[in-house]
Amino acid sequence: MEDSFYINGTNLTIFVPAELDHHNAEQLKIRADQLIQRQNIRSIVFDFGKTGFMDSSGIGMIMGRYKNMRFMGGTVIAIRVNERIRRILTLSGVYKYIDIYEGLPQQSKLL
Amino acid sequence: MQEKNEMRLEFDSRSCNEGFARVAVAAFLTQLNPTLEEVADVKTALSEAVTNCIVHGYEGTVEKIQIACTIEGSIIEIRVIDHGCGIEDVKKAMEPLFTTKPEEERAGMGFAFMEAFMDEVVVESARGAGTTVIMKKKIENPAGKFAM
Repeated sequence: MEDSFYINGTNLTIFVPAELDHHNAEQLKIRADQLIQRQNIRSIVFDFGKTGFMDSSGIGMIMGRYKNMRFMGGTVIAIRVNERIRRILTLSGVYKYIDIYEGLPQQSKLL
Repeated sequence: MQEKNEMRLEFDSRSCNEGFARVAVAAFLTQLNPTLEEVADVKTALSEAVTNCIVHGYEGTVEKIQIACTIEGSIIEIRVIDHGCGIEDVKKAMEPLFTTKPEEERAGMGFAFMEAFMDEVVVESARGAGTTVIMKKKIENPAGKFAM
């Protein structure tokens, strides 16, 4: 789990596990929220580079973090999203709230 | 006449078993020679149904979840059964974004995902009487039917 996070200033990168289901989402959520509080995080990058599976529990986890960030005026993006994950994000409507990139976004200060 | 092939699983309603259930059903499905996308569709729908049993049906207590799969021709039918609290208003529960647990960050998308990824979803439930979700999907190119 320690390798799942990378902090750069007030940006938190979350390396999403290979399978993001209810079980993994709960664990990730607890660890992420501790870091967000302690490290004064203002923006979150979800890195889906290793992820092949996600269900609606993952959507709940992303939207929960988005709400926290928005409350503090921050942003959330998703990077290295494959076709399957994109389909889930699109179907759920999450794409309306967070920017989705297939690779690494250019000119991003976040990374 | 088409042969039938069946399997049953029973496991504790612990979240760590969600991955096991997905892989087990996906492995059973492979005999229909599905595409990767079809496997992913079934895994997602199954994951939603099993998560519902754990989060809503049993509300975190450890009881038994049963899965019964039947393959007949090119169609897989998956039943996910819990003996938990049941659903009072199934129609309402199936509405996208409806959830009884917003404070736990449930997205309210479970049934919507099941319907999106499967051909048919039927929910049998009543308050206090448990829930059975019956999902069907036709696998378009069943070339490897019963490769025995």
